[in-house]
This record gives sequence, C-alpha cells and structure tokens, in this order.
Amino acid sequence: MSGDSSQSPPDLPGRRPLIAFAWLWVGVPLAYGLYELVRKATQLFTG
Amino acid sequence: MSPPVAPPGWSRWLVPPAALSVHLSIGQAYAWSVFKPPLESALGLSGTQSALPFQLGIVMLGLSAAFGGTLVERKGPRWAMTVALVCFSSGFLLSALGAAAEQYWLIVLGYGFVGGIGLGIGYISPVSTLIKWFPDRPGMATGIAIMGFGGGALIASPWSARMLESFGNDSSGIALAFLVHGLSYAVFMLLGVLLVRVPRTPKGADGAPAPLDGVQVSARSAVRTPQFWLLWVVLCMNVTAGIGILEKAAPMITDFFADTSTPVSVTAAAGFVALLSAANMAGRIGWSSTSDLIGRKNIYRVYLGVGALMYALIALFGDSSKPLFVLCALVILSFYGGGFATVPAYLKDLFGTYQVGAIHGRLLTAWSTAGVLGPLIVNWIADRQEEAGRHGSSLYGLSFVIMIGLLVVGFVANELVRPVHARHHVSAPAQREAADVRRQQPESA
Repeated sequence: MSGDSSQSPPDLPGRRPLIAFAWLWVGVPLAYGLYELVRKATQLFTG
Repeated sequence: MSPPVAPPGWSRWLVPPAALSVHLSIGQAYAWSVFKPPLESALGLSGTQSALPFQLGIVMLGLSAAFGGTLVERKGPRWAMTVALVCFSSGFLLSALGAAAEQYWLIVLGYGFVGGIGLGIGYISPVSTLIKWFPDRPGMATGIAIMGFGGGALIASPWSARMLESFGNDSSGIALAFLVHGLSYAVFMLLGVLLVRVPRTPKGADGAPAPLDGVQVSARSAVRTPQFWLLWVVLCMNVTAGIGILEKAAPMITDFFADTSTPVSVTAAAGFVALLSAANMAGRIGWSSTSDLIGRKNIYRVYLGVGALMYALIALFGDSSKPLFVLCALVILSFYGGGFATVPAYLKDLFGTYQVGAIHGRLLTAWSTAGVLGPLIVNWIADRQEEAGRHGSSLYGLSFVIMIGLLVVGFVANELVRPVHARHHVSAPAQREAADVRRQQPESA
C-alpha cells in the first residue's frame, strides 16, 4: 500500500523511552511465562 | 471513534507491543483449564460443564471475528482494541459475580459469551494495522502478534494457578481470582488502546487519500473467490493436523513408549506438552518471518509437505526412538503455529491490504472447524482401537494416516492458489468513495 511506513517520517529520538517502556510492558510478563515453560519442559528430560 | 492516525515521527515499533498487549491477554483463553478443577469442586460441576465457558468462548471468537471483521476494518484498531478490552475484562467481572453468587450460568455468559466476543475482535484487531506498518515484513509483524496469543497461556497458566493457591479454591477464592484477572487484563490491554496508530495515508493531487497500490479486494468479493476457499482448506488442514498431536500429547507419548524399556512418566509427559507449546510459539514468529524471505506459497509447501513427512516418520519409526518422536512432534507443532501466523500475510499477498483484517476474520472459521475436527478424529479413533483391544502406538496409527491424507489435501489446495482475477479487484474510485465515508468522521491522533 502506498500509505505504508515508507511514507512516514523517520522516528523521532524522543520516542525511544516510550518504545522501551512499551516493549518492557509486554516483554516482562512474556519472559515470566517462558521461564515457567522452560522449568516445566525440563521435566521431559529429568522426570 | 475514528481510526487513530499516527502523528509525524511516530515509530512503527510501537505498534507490535500494542498488538502484543492485546494478544498476550486474550491468549489466556487457552489456560482456562486451570479454573476447571476448582469450579468443579466448588460448584459441583462435571468436567463437561466446566469446559462450557471455554467452548462458548472459542465459538464466539470464530463468530465475532467472522462477522465483526468489516466493522473492525471500518472503525479502526483503537475501536477494536477498546471493544476487546471491555468485553474480555467484563467477561471476567461477570464471572466473578457468578462465582461469588454461585450462579454458574453467569460464568458461562460472562467468560464464554461476552469474553468470547473480546477474543474474536481482539484477535483480528491489530492484523491489518501491522501489515500496513510493515509492508516489507508482514509475516514477521503478524507473527509477533499471533505469537502473543500462544504466549498468553504461558503467562496465565502459572499466574492463575498461584492466584488460586493464595485466594483458595472455594467460590469466594475463585470470584476474587476472576476479579483480579478482569482488572489486571483491563490495565494491561490499555497500553494497546493508547499506543495503536494507523499510518498516515498519502494524499493525491486533489487532497483526497490516494488509492492503494496493487491488487485490492473487498471482504465481500474475497469470499466469492476460489483463492479464499483454497486458503480456508489449507488453514483447516494444517490446524487439524497440529491439533491431532496437541489434543492428546501427554497420553500419546505415554502410550507410544509404554511397552519399551524407557517408559515415559506423567511428569515427563507434562514436560513434553510444555515443549510442544514452546515449538508452537517459536513457529509463529520463526516460520512467519521466514515466509517474508521465501514466499508464502513456499512456506505452506513446507508446513504441509514436511508436516506429512513428519507424521509418516512418527507412524513408521516413532515407537522405536524417543528423540525421533519428540523431534517430529515439535516440528509439526511449529508448523501448526506457523500456519496461523503466516496466513494474514498470505491474505495480504492475494487480496491486498484494503480489507485484509475482515478477510482474516472470515478465514478464522477454518480454525473453528479444525478445532472440532482434529480432536474428534484422534479421540474417536483411539477409543475404537482401544475397544478392539489394541494398545500402545497402534492406538494412533490410523489417526496419523488420516492426518497425512489431510495434509496432502492441504498441499494440493495450496498448489492450486493463483492470483485473484481482475474482476474481483476494487477500483480506485470505489476505494476513494469508501475513504470519503471514513473521512466524514473527525480524525484523532
């Protein structure tokens, strides 16, 4: 589509803290889920 | 609420976390089983009864995605995410009321019906927006979001279990857990509502939005094309094959090695199921991103062709080698996840971005069908084989042959996919007319 990101102005550096916050917001719970998953998955080899 | 247009300098990397905040939340649906035993003991329910909220939720997911897709496309992602937030969160709050009053119908209505609408609208809410922001990597972009749906259960499962341990397994403990879930998910999903933006549409010489480049097909026309139904078959076959393993993973690995010198314990089987979830999630982001490099048709050739080969390997040699069995199952599950995550980009390639979210919503009926078909085939055949006095791996042999057949059908359907005929394309004036209708509402950023 022509209205895509290639048409958007470059990202402003001022947005970086917001980008970091947004990724942490979703990344931290996901990391917790993955940690629990790995703990459980190792039971295949140890259980 | 009009689609929120990105202000100058807005980063497209803010859109995937917005999408993830919704998908990680609604992915909780696959962790419903955590609530089943406490509900059964607190409210005196059978296993079938306690599964009702989840089953209704999945039915509502399919229906709301299929019928709400066009509305989501017209109103934009912020509207859709708000609806998803309100419905999903209210579903939990109604369930909390139901548990506190020991009125189970309220839990079915809340979590299943109201929450299920949130699932469907939330699932399709970011798809079209992500594709528009990442035209260079649509597979990766939608892969991130749809990976979140798989990740949601990984987060919710231990989190909900710990909450029930703390609050207690009686009706008031369950009610409190539902309440905390409803409020927490509302706050978590709010990030998506606040951050999501659609890219700015370039203006033509007359100041009106420029028509979209390339092939563009409306949702109404798309369902009249053979391409849509071929993709429907592709998705349905791929999902059925994945569910065939996922549905009975724990008993399957136990049965396969029951008569060997290295039987699989219940704990190890639980580890196997967790490993399959990891493969499912990794496939969503990994294979979907790969499709940006090798093309959508080729990646589905891999999912369906190599998938059939993996099933054949399990059927022929699976009971002689545990690593081979585990490896083949992991590959199949990664293809299952990949199939889900790649399909929006495949739709974009065939039908353009014009109403890709709505078309995706309609295609998800293939998922609902596969959700019934896959477990039915595997469970029915395993029960009949058991009645016939068979045991171990021979319980599943026929199911695997059927799965191979289904994957071959999907492979052939994928081979038949051709570019959409020009008579289905949306003309530039029609696009402009649709844009004018949208422009009558004020824009907000």
